[in-house]
Amino acid sequence: MLRLHDLSFRYKIPLRSSVLMLITALVVTASLIVREYDELRQDLATTSGHLGRVLANTLVAPLTHDDPWRAYEIINSPFHGGASESNPQTASLVMVLDANRRVFVATDPNQYPMLSDPSRANTDFYELWQAVARHNEPDTRPVEVKGSKSLYMVTPIISDGYRLGTLIMGYSKDAFLPRFFGIAKRAGLITLAVLVLLLPASWYWGQRFAKPLVDLAQSMGRIGREIPDEDEVGLYESKDEIGQLGAAFKTMLRELREKQSLEREVMLSERLAAVGRLAAGVAHEINNPLGGMLNAISTYRRHGNDDPLAARTLSLVERGLVQIKDTVSALLVESKMQSHYLTRQDIEDTHTLVQTDAHRKRVRFDWRNEVDGTLPLPSTLVRQVLINLMMNAIQAAPQEGEVACRVEREGERLRVQVGNNGDYIPQERMEHLFEPFSSQREDGHGLGLWVTWQIVHQLGGEIVAESVPDETRFTVTLPLAEAA
Amino acid sequence: MPNAILAPALTTAGVSASIAAIAQRFVPLRKAAILKEEHLDRRTFLALAAAVSASPLCAEAQTNAAMRIGLSPVFLDDQLSFLNDWRDYLQGRIGRAVRFVQRGSYREIMDLLLEQKLDFAWICGYPYVRNRARLRLLAVPVMEGRPQYQSYLIVPATDKTTNSILDLRGKVFAYSDPDSNSGFLYPRYALMQLKENPERFFARTFFTWAHRKIVEAVGSNLAQGGAVDSYVWETLRLYHPELTRRTRIVEKSPYFGHTPVVARTGVSRAEFDTMQEALLGMSQNVAGKALLKRLNLDGFVAGDDALFDGIARMMRALDART
Repeated sequence: MLRLHDLSFRYKIPLRSSVLMLITALVVTASLIVREYDELRQDLATTSGHLGRVLANTLVAPLTHDDPWRAYEIINSPFHGGASESNPQTASLVMVLDANRRVFVATDPNQYPMLSDPSRANTDFYELWQAVARHNEPDTRPVEVKGSKSLYMVTPIISDGYRLGTLIMGYSKDAFLPRFFGIAKRAGLITLAVLVLLLPASWYWGQRFAKPLVDLAQSMGRIGREIPDEDEVGLYESKDEIGQLGAAFKTMLRELREKQSLEREVMLSERLAAVGRLAAGVAHEINNPLGGMLNAISTYRRHGNDDPLAARTLSLVERGLVQIKDTVSALLVESKMQSHYLTRQDIEDTHTLVQTDAHRKRVRFDWRNEVDGTLPLPSTLVRQVLINLMMNAIQAAPQEGEVACRVEREGERLRVQVGNNGDYIPQERMEHLFEPFSSQREDGHGLGLWVTWQIVHQLGGEIVAESVPDETRFTVTLPLAEAA
Repeated sequence: MPNAILAPALTTAGVSASIAAIAQRFVPLRKAAILKEEHLDRRTFLALAAAVSASPLCAEAQTNAAMRIGLSPVFLDDQLSFLNDWRDYLQGRIGRAVRFVQRGSYREIMDLLLEQKLDFAWICGYPYVRNRARLRLLAVPVMEGRPQYQSYLIVPATDKTTNSILDLRGKVFAYSDPDSNSGFLYPRYALMQLKENPERFFARTFFTWAHRKIVEAVGSNLAQGGAVDSYVWETLRLYHPELTRRTRIVEKSPYFGHTPVVARTGVSRAEFDTMQEALLGMSQNVAGKALLKRLNLDGFVAGDDALFDGIARMMRALDART
């Protein structure tokens, strides 16, 4: 079963506004009818007040002269104006009661014959009489009998302070009904017209109002599977609640995305750290026996044995061991290594060192060293980082390409930016960029970035690689704090 | 009555002025007379008026300048256009202005007549017999070939059970006029004949002061019974059947002399004859016949006093009772 609650706002809003319009129309119509009823009663009280006084005065003579026919003609006179029966201002019954509450004469002699007790024909007269028994002022008083279909206007017929009888005029409430129906019908038609005019407007308005909510709901539904792009959400920005909601939702999306990338970074960095620990452990384990083996070869050479085969073999072994040692020492980044503080000259030296390669490739080198004085950073490590990054950049840059390097102090940090305009690094490679042996290049062992990462991390800094077509840039920031 | 007020003010000195005034009064009448078959030419008319007003009996003559005819509701005296036509007709016939005088009850007409303030009057047989000595019978209407009529006892058409006046005991009964024969005298006499006391027989009685209204009162059930002039009832049946249809005739009385037109004793022989001739002659010419048709009468006859003996008998019987 489709519940109203489950309906989309696209339908709920127009429906609700229509219901509101209907309720308004009903309330307005009802109040109009109530007002009309009051006005009718008021008019009735006024007209019948005049009529009652005139009739009561005129009826004095027929009552004193005991002339019911004259009285009958008098009370019938209001009906002779050709007034239609549906006019609520026309009495449906006029009756004259004598001093003994018997019918003196009535416009409807069939129901109220002369001399009869009117309450026998109509129980209204019990209450009516209760209401007017002590009413001795010569003015007309309206009496409403509960549950009666008629309104009564009662006028005592008084002559010289003596009450001769009572004039009762009955007005059928049914005669009011056509007027009420008329009002209700008119109100209904107007409501319908207004609905016809306003329904499309409220439909459009509902759609407009609901659209951001619907978009939001859809976008939210996508979270979990993916993080939707902020532009796709399509929520307008404003200070109203939906605008606030949109802004908050976009902030949430941004933060979600940041959190996601942070998580990825952390994961990456933890992975690199784990790999680093493993590599360092392995390197240490290899380094000790390696040193022993190289010492043994050296000792053997010193104590002489001219066996050429042995010498050739040992030389081969030694070359292999040295290569292993190079690799292992490359893996082992010794941050605890004693080194003097970084000076401007140290940085300039690195530039000189890579010049040869740069010249060979004829790249345009944009060098900017903005460091003055001494920085509390181990110069060896920083130089290695610089050389690694610059060498990588020169290699990555195309023939006659561009390489830029900028070193500057930024508050309590040293910032190194190295860029080139070579091929850009695709996303899938970016994830493994800093891992050892990940290089796809034929030359080199692919440890350069790995070593750089290790150094940066050991120094408590950060390295970020950004690669877009025509520009790949590595940014390293190193804190100066603790060393100082 | 402007003429009566005017009369004492007129003196010989004011004669010429009064002639002019009278002539002026007669101008519109003459216009009407031209339309009639027999009319007086203007000169004769003015001469007559001048002669009358110049006579020594100026005041008397002045009151006679217009023939004053009293009408009572013994017929349908509420048809004003008919009365207008009838007056024109009579003026043409008698060569004098005619003024109809109408009052709410028989008694008022009778009083005026007896005080000599009317010359003629169409009244009921009952007041006629009561004042026979001071009145002269001028004419009696003829209906259905006879100068007589009846009293009808009517009840509402919805009442299917009433068969006689005795069934109306304790009911509300409508009389037309205390001086009416058919609408008052006869039903009371009938009750007396039935050994009933007319004063106590009905729970309530009232007067409608016109026969037509008896029909209305009974038709609307205001009264459960009523006594009505047969002439009025039959005429209404002809012209207003919607009224008579709501009533039912229960009893018809014996025939009585029809409502007479009478003259006060002071009316001169000539005037009496002129007037009698005018009425009796109505059935002799087209205009008169047309008017009679509207009156639902065959005509007027001179009538015989003996016609009213029945009414006189009833009157004596009732008078004796009280």
